[in-house]
Amino acid sequence: MDWQSGLRNAARQLMPLSSMTSTKLAQAGRYPAGSAAFPHRGLVGLAGIAPHELLFLLDEAEQWVELNRSAKKRDERLAGLTIINAFFENSTRTLLSFEIAGKRLGADVVNMHAAQSSVKKGETLIDTAMTLNAMRADAMVIRHASSGAVQLIAGKVDCPVLNAGDGQHEHPTQGLLDALTIRRAKGELNGLTVTICGDILHSRVARSNIHCLTTLGAEVRVCAPPALMPAEVEAMKVTPFHDFDAALAGADVVMMLRLQQERMQGQFIPSPREFRHLYGLTLDRLAKAKPDALVMHPGPMNRGIEIDSNVADLPGRSAITTQVEMGVAIRMACLDVLTRKARGVEGWA
Amino acid sequence: MSAPAPLTITGGLLIRPDGTPQKGGLRSADGIIVATGTISPEPGDTVIEAKGALIAPGLVDLGVFAIDKPAFHFGGITRAALMPDQGTVLDRPSAVRYAAQSGKPDLWVHPLAAATGSLAGRELAEIALMRDAGAKAVATGRHWIADSGTMARLLSYCAMLGLVVVTHAEDSGLTGSAVATAGEMATRLGLPSAPAEAEALAVARDIALAEMTGARLHIRQLTTAGSIALVRAAKARGVAVTAGVTPAHFMLSNLAMAEFRTFARLSPPLRSEADRRAVLAALADGTIDVIASGHDPRGPEDKRLPFADAEPGMAGAETLLPMTLTLVRDGVIDLTRAFALLAANPARLLGVDAGLLATGMQADIALIDPAKPWVVDSGKMAAAAGNTPFDRQPVQGRVLALFKGGAAVG
Repeated sequence: MDWQSGLRNAARQLMPLSSMTSTKLAQAGRYPAGSAAFPHRGLVGLAGIAPHELLFLLDEAEQWVELNRSAKKRDERLAGLTIINAFFENSTRTLLSFEIAGKRLGADVVNMHAAQSSVKKGETLIDTAMTLNAMRADAMVIRHASSGAVQLIAGKVDCPVLNAGDGQHEHPTQGLLDALTIRRAKGELNGLTVTICGDILHSRVARSNIHCLTTLGAEVRVCAPPALMPAEVEAMKVTPFHDFDAALAGADVVMMLRLQQERMQGQFIPSPREFRHLYGLTLDRLAKAKPDALVMHPGPMNRGIEIDSNVADLPGRSAITTQVEMGVAIRMACLDVLTRKARGVEGWA
Repeated sequence: MSAPAPLTITGGLLIRPDGTPQKGGLRSADGIIVATGTISPEPGDTVIEAKGALIAPGLVDLGVFAIDKPAFHFGGITRAALMPDQGTVLDRPSAVRYAAQSGKPDLWVHPLAAATGSLAGRELAEIALMRDAGAKAVATGRHWIADSGTMARLLSYCAMLGLVVVTHAEDSGLTGSAVATAGEMATRLGLPSAPAEAEALAVARDIALAEMTGARLHIRQLTTAGSIALVRAAKARGVAVTAGVTPAHFMLSNLAMAEFRTFARLSPPLRSEADRRAVLAALADGTIDVIASGHDPRGPEDKRLPFADAEPGMAGAETLLPMTLTLVRDGVIDLTRAFALLAANPARLLGVDAGLLATGMQADIALIDPAKPWVVDSGKMAAAAGNTPFDRQPVQGRVLALFKGGAAVG
C-alpha cells in the first residue's frame, strides 16, 4: 500500500469522528495524544513530516486565524519565554511575521540582524549560535543564505529551532501557510492540481511546498525553463513542465515564484522581458487554468515580470494577501506547539 | 646518519610485481632490496619474522594536500606526492626544494610543481627549474586550467621535459560554484550543483591536447561513467593517459551527503551510484591506474559550516589501504593489482625506484595484516584532523610495521 492510498484510508476512518458533534472528542481522536501529534523538536524542513503531523499544524493554526481577526489579538501562553529571531539573510516580511506571531502569544521577541552582528567581524556561524544559546532562548527562528545552515545550528543548541529559510533548501512555514491558504479556499488538498511556476532551481519555497503538498495528496506540477529546473526533480513526486500553458491546463492553484536573481551566478534567462513572455502569469494565461483557480505568490512580487498586476490583484482569485495573513497564524501554531515541552503542557512535557 | 643494519624479513606472504603473492621474505642492505623469495638472514642482519603477514611495498600516495606524517605512517604510506596547493604555492624552485626535504628520513615527499604561477591557470611556472629542484611531476592543483591555449603549451612543454602532468578534471564553466553533482540529492538538499558531464568535458579536452602534444597526462580523479569511457577509449588507441581515484568515489555515492554532512564535501563532488559502479568497473579492467588518499585534513573551522561554505576534502591517508582491500575482498581486483594501484603505478608515474618489491628497488616495505578489523573513528585519527566520510565504518586491514629505506619507521 503506498502512502497516498494509506492516507485516503486514514481519511475515511477519520470521517465518523469529524461528523461528531463534540469538537473536543473529535479533536482528541483525530491525532495521537499529546506530543505524539507532532513529535519533532524543531521545524527544520517539511521533508519527512508525516501527513497527520502537517494536518495537525494546519488545524492548530485555525484558532490563530480567528484570534488574529478578533479585536484583542492576544494570547499569553508564551508569556515569559524568549524567542530569538536570528536572521543572517535580509528579510522583511518573514521576520515581521515571526515577530508578530511571537508577540501575539505573549513571548519576548528579540531580533538579530546579521548586518549588525559580530558575523561581520568574522565570528563563525556556530559561535554565534552558541552565544545565542547561552542567553537561554526558548526558541530560535533562523534564516541563513546557505542550505543546511539551520540544521547545523539546530544540532548544537538546546532549544527548538524553526527554519525561516535556509539557502535553496527549505522554508517550512511558507509551505505550511501556503497549504493552509489552499485548504481554506478549496476545502482540502487531496486531489488538487497545483502548478508552481518560476525559478524552481533557487527556490526553497518550492521545495517546502512540494514536500507539503505531495504529502497531503495534491498533484504538483513544476514549470520553469531548463536552466531554472532542478535536476531529477521528478524524484520529488512532481511533474516537470517547460511549457507554462500546458502546466496550467486544469490547475486548481497557480503559485508563481520570484526570479531569484541574487542567487544566480551567470545568466539563466535572456531577460526579464523574455521571461515574462514565456512564464509571466497574465490574465490570458490564467484562463488556461480552472475557472476558479487560486493565484498565489510568496512575495515579494516582481509585478510585470512573473505576474501581471491585474492578476496579482484579481478579486476573488488572488490569495496573495491571505497568504501573508495565514503566515502569522501558522507561525503562532509552530511556536506554540514547539514550546509545549518547555512550558510543561500536559502530554508534551 | 649511520646506515641501518641490513634487514631480513622472513615468513610472510610476499607481494610480487607480477604473479600471485608468494610465501617467503626479502633482504635489504643500504636501503636497497637485494633479494626476494626464500631468504635466510645473514649475520648482523636485523631479522623480522612476519608471521604470515603480507610483505607489501610501502604505499606511494599520488596527490596529497598536507604532509601529515602520523597519518601516512598509520596508513603504510612511505612516499607522498605533495600537491602544489600549499600555503606557499609550489610554483618556484625554492619552495619545491624545501618541500622535497620536509619528510626525510622516514617519509619521502615528492613535490608536484605548480603548472602555472600561483596556480592561477594563466602563465607557465618555471617547470624545468622546479624539476631540477626535485619536482617529480607537474600539477594543475585543485582546479582545471580553463584556457585551452595555456593547457596546450603546458602539455607540450612537459612532454619535452619528460614530466607527467597531473590534472584536475572539472570544466569550470559548467561547475561554477557547484558543490554537488546535479541529481536528486542536490535537488533535495538545495545545493548548487553541476552535471557530471563537467568532468567528461574536461577529460575530453585534456586527452585531445595530450594526444596532440605527446604529453603524459594523469587525471588525478576519474569519477564518472562518461569520463571513464573517454579514458578507456584513449588508452585503447595508445594515448599516454593514466587516471586515479580516491576511495571515496568507489565506496560512496552522493547519498553520503545526506543531512548536509560536510565530511562528504569533496572535490570533485560525490557522484551517482551508477558512476560509482563505473569506477569499480574501471578499477577492475585497468582503466584506472592509481588509488590515492587525496589526504586533506580539515579542522572544524573548515568543516563545521553549512555544506556549501565548508572546504572540500577528506583526511584519507589512514583509510586508503583498508578501503582498497575491500575491493580485494569483494573480488573487484586481486592483491597484486591492489598494490599496483597503491604503489607500483604511482611510483612509475613519478619516476621513482620504489613501489615494487624487487631487487634493486628502495626498501620501502609495509607489513600488513589484511584481515585485522578496526573501526574508523573521526575522533581518534592519527591525522591532523578527523574529517573522514568513513566515520564509524568497520574496516579490515592494518599496517603492523613500516620500513623506509630498510629502516623501521616509528
